[in-house]
Amino acid sequence: MEHIRTPKVENVRLVDRISSRKATLGTLYLTATHVIFVENAPDTRKETWILHSQISTIEKQATAASGCPLLIRCKNFQLLQLIIPQERDCHDVYLSLIRLARPVKYEELYCFSFNPQLDKEEREQGWMLINLREEHKRMGLPNPHWQLSDVNRDYRVCDSYPTELYVPKSATAHIIVGSSKFRSRRRFPALSYYHRDNHASICRSSQPLSGFSARCLEDEQMLQAIRKANPGSDFIYVVDTRPKLNAMANRAAGKGYENEDNYSNIKFQFIGIENIHVMRNSLQKMLEVCELKSPSMSDFLWGLENSGWLRHIKAIMDAGIFIAKAVSEEGVSVLVHCSDGWDRTAQVCSVASLLLDPHYRTLRGFMVLIEKDWISFGHKFNHRYGNLDGDPKEISPVIDQFIECVWQLMEQFPCAFEFNERFLIHIQHHIYSCQFGNFLCNSQKERQELKIQERTYSLWAHLWKNRADYMNPLFRADHSQTRGALRLPTTPCNFMYKFWSGMYNRFEKGLQPRQSVTDYLMAVKEETQQLEEEREALEERLEKIQKVQLHHTKVKSKHSEPSKHSGFSTSDNSTANTPQDYSGNMKSFPSRSPSQGDEDSALILTQDNLKSSDPDLSASSDQESGVEDLSCRSPSGGERAPSEDSGKDRDSDEAVFLTA
Amino acid sequence: MDQAPEESGVAPLRGTLCLTGHHLLLSPGLQMTSELWLRLLRSVAEAVRLGGDSGIITQRCKDLRVLQLEILDAEESLDIARSIEMAQLLSPGAVLPGIGITSFPFFYPFKGLRLRDAWHFHPPERYYKRTAREVGAVLGEANEDFSLSADDDALALSARFRRGGRFPVLSYHHALSGTVLLRSSQPLTGPQKRRRAEELLRAGLAGARPGARGFIVDTRSAQAAKQARVTDAGTEAKAAYRGWKRRHRPLERGRPPQESFMCLVEACGDLEQSIDHWLSRLEGCHWLPHVKEALSTTCLAAQGMEREGACILVHGAEGTDSTLLVTSLAQLILDPLSRTMAGIQELVERDWIQVSGHLAPALRPPSRNPASLCPWLCPLPRPVTPSSCTMPTWPSHLFLDCVWQLGRQFPLSLEFGEGLLLALFEHAYPSPFGTFLCNRRDGLCEVRTRTHFLWSGLNQPKEQRRLWSPIYTPSPLAIWPSVEPWSLRLWQGLFLRWICPPEPSGAAWEKGWQIVTDKEKTELLQPSFSLWAPTLNAGSLDSG
Repeated sequence: MEHIRTPKVENVRLVDRISSRKATLGTLYLTATHVIFVENAPDTRKETWILHSQISTIEKQATAASGCPLLIRCKNFQLLQLIIPQERDCHDVYLSLIRLARPVKYEELYCFSFNPQLDKEEREQGWMLINLREEHKRMGLPNPHWQLSDVNRDYRVCDSYPTELYVPKSATAHIIVGSSKFRSRRRFPALSYYHRDNHASICRSSQPLSGFSARCLEDEQMLQAIRKANPGSDFIYVVDTRPKLNAMANRAAGKGYENEDNYSNIKFQFIGIENIHVMRNSLQKMLEVCELKSPSMSDFLWGLENSGWLRHIKAIMDAGIFIAKAVSEEGVSVLVHCSDGWDRTAQVCSVASLLLDPHYRTLRGFMVLIEKDWISFGHKFNHRYGNLDGDPKEISPVIDQFIECVWQLMEQFPCAFEFNERFLIHIQHHIYSCQFGNFLCNSQKERQELKIQERTYSLWAHLWKNRADYMNPLFRADHSQTRGALRLPTTPCNFMYKFWSGMYNRFEKGLQPRQSVTDYLMAVKEETQQLEEEREALEERLEKIQKVQLHHTKVKSKHSEPSKHSGFSTSDNSTANTPQDYSGNMKSFPSRSPSQGDEDSALILTQDNLKSSDPDLSASSDQESGVEDLSCRSPSGGERAPSEDSGKDRDSDEAVFLTA
Repeated sequence: MDQAPEESGVAPLRGTLCLTGHHLLLSPGLQMTSELWLRLLRSVAEAVRLGGDSGIITQRCKDLRVLQLEILDAEESLDIARSIEMAQLLSPGAVLPGIGITSFPFFYPFKGLRLRDAWHFHPPERYYKRTAREVGAVLGEANEDFSLSADDDALALSARFRRGGRFPVLSYHHALSGTVLLRSSQPLTGPQKRRRAEELLRAGLAGARPGARGFIVDTRSAQAAKQARVTDAGTEAKAAYRGWKRRHRPLERGRPPQESFMCLVEACGDLEQSIDHWLSRLEGCHWLPHVKEALSTTCLAAQGMEREGACILVHGAEGTDSTLLVTSLAQLILDPLSRTMAGIQELVERDWIQVSGHLAPALRPPSRNPASLCPWLCPLPRPVTPSSCTMPTWPSHLFLDCVWQLGRQFPLSLEFGEGLLLALFEHAYPSPFGTFLCNRRDGLCEVRTRTHFLWSGLNQPKEQRRLWSPIYTPSPLAIWPSVEPWSLRLWQGLFLRWICPPEPSGAAWEKGWQIVTDKEKTELLQPSFSLWAPTLNAGSLDSG
């Protein structure tokens, strides 16, 4: 690559952020796609891989006696502080990275060189995995009220919309085209979500070009048509997700919002979500808090509050909750818009869909949701996440906020989601990584022109293949709390919004909970399944062997049971605390206090009980096997590196590295 | 006994209110659901009556709940408010001289429990015996200095030297590193005081293990310790304690944490505020900094023991509150046994319930007791001067919160779940059990024979799913928590228990249990492998 000035620097030190005194010595490599730091320590040789597209800023700090410090901030919130001995090397690395981190052509992005070694057919199947046509069918479309419109064929009406759109049956092509002319960037009202139970729907658009007094008959008819598509209600909500002041300011530019007097039977509502610039600054401030070196509790809380981040998250959630309630409880359709209808509108529509429909809380459903409300409706991924070098003022963590909203909901409803936190984190990572083609470009049209599906791979297929890693063991699809719309507390609860340490500090492993309940329970589940399968196989075999008599097995298995109780030691269902219950109960607590054990064993001197109540024996065996079991069975454990960005695709990365 | 129609403000419910000797009872009547409120009167912390035609009584309960009773008749509401107040006055002390026993635990017929069943469930003597065995093994190589300091006289001298006679006692012996965790009160350093005896003791301690260093963790700031000199107390002089280093880790004690707690409870009850307001209020309450400081001081002490092989002496001024907090948390971090269900109960019993009042070495048990081999083992602390008795605030909310934070960071390492912590929190105030009734052990005799013990209530089979963690995995390792601000969280289960619905997390807890029991059931169904292996092998050979 012509941009790499120096491919390798030795004796570079990587500074540990938490305890800055600790630093590891290693070698820094620059490749066409990654920055790689390899530790010198011969036994570990730990590697840190960073994709160029993840690099957000590079900062060269004042040279010190120890060398020249280079600070690399990543879009996935990793922070790398390197100290390079030679000033000249540091400068070379700096200049190379500046260029590498800001590609100018799509073809420079990683997804065009990334090769997971799948054949053409597998690639195509991958892209077919998430299919919006199927999703519309699932919602119950088309039906007597809604139909598929071909008005946007070949992107004739609106180039940031998809070609296939659902509109009310009574909305003719004339009305749609007329309405699109009255809307910013011609983004006319189209269906986002249809609530089968009561025919209410969520539609989305951009702001009307109403200025101070302009009207458009077709646009008014369009809203009328949306209302009529829901026979159960005689009005619709029009939700403007901007603060009122911002919307008023837009009127001076000939844009603005709907005038309730001109549109019949609408209820207009402002929900003040700030614009992308405010959000960008807010994230910036919050990340500064995360970078503080050993702050006090007050520093942290003040910093968090001043950043306003959680307030913004709450505003988005509130908008989603408002819409979900209107749809599910009042049965009223809602039209949502902001300015252009691709940032705040996408956030709010997807949060509302998530609250309303349990399908979107499943693994596959969540992919569909992102495909539906973000990718197909022209969320400007390229601009917002800075995939190509562009205007820094366009960058904003819009989808990050949505992902955080989902996490906040997961914290409140631990059983409602089929996927876990890792799933969200990996999606966030890949939105920035450009390793897969899903999030490239600004619209469907651009993606089609680039032939993304023929030249790159789909993230959804990759996630689906590894879905075992992303399952939430606590998911209860059938539970009363998780069926249908999620019921949030009626009182406005500020306390439920928490700082997401697992996302924003995720590379500081020391700060995270050191044990994962998810992984543990998944491993237990997996083991149960294995046992089940084994048992079935054995039973089949037993049936074949006619010599064996059934009642024998039963008696014998009962005897061997306490000795088999190892591995995951978990406290029993049966409490055997009082001696009188004890004789009837063959099982005893795997982890009881030794003192108690003495007492019990004195009372009951059966062989089994003595064995299992001996504290030293049971404790030591449990410890070892328990810990080992976990590490080898847990989905993410074993040899795989804990940070997903490097480990998984090591092979393919290396191939690229060699060719470079 | 009073009766009145009633209506509650939070989740409006109409019904009949009954006041009994111990309870406040709300029966919604026949037409309503069978929901029934039952509150122990002692649980009401404060009842405020507002004026107006229909009296409204706001009750703040000790379990952080706020109830609003609207009583149609103003007269009656006045009567009720008065009755509640009276009941409050009556019940806090368990046995009132002249009045007799009024306390509910004496009348509580607990289903499935017999009296006297398990009052001795976790006698601390057992722990000390066990530790003495361990220590004895270590001390086998100890030098002669040690036997000298084991002298009862030296101990008595040392006790006189410490504020309130709280001489250094063993809190925990870390068998792996052979180090000990001691606690005491501050030394008295008046110019005329003789320190020789204690210095000898110290020298003996440090010499107990060759090469062992010692750290004194003073939970006051250096300045506060200096100020204590005015009252003839203060710090250990450097020269006198060779081999011991002093570290000051100021922990606030007494009122400030209590006030923070109350402030936070109030902030959590205020539903009107905006989210920004909320964060600054959380900050203003200053509760989480207490948690952070307690945990980091504990980690310092624990690290000294485990990593640096040093003996640690923790003391503040009185050697109660924050000293106990640090020593008991350090055990949770270091000692895998104390992370079990039995272990935590023993720890709470030993470090919080039994330790109170002032200790006097003169009342130690006969020296035949193995525990008396070691000067710092004091198995039976007994109160001598009840008048100046200062009770450590049990259960220290701070202690429970810190344990919760540990559990959040190491969910697999604790055998008990959040349920137990909440139960301890609840039962410390208005409890049908007698465990926390008396301040000191001496007053316990009647309590013991006539009330039920909390542990027996908690250890019943039906409580298991609520209190035990389904995912406990024993590990011999220490658990080192992160004390950075972003790793600490507000304990939602406690502070927001009446605001955020507990059902979602309850459903998750159930599911966890279900997954684990599913596996156990499958295991039970497995045909025996070992016994039938030959047959099966033969079978597989045949078929394959």
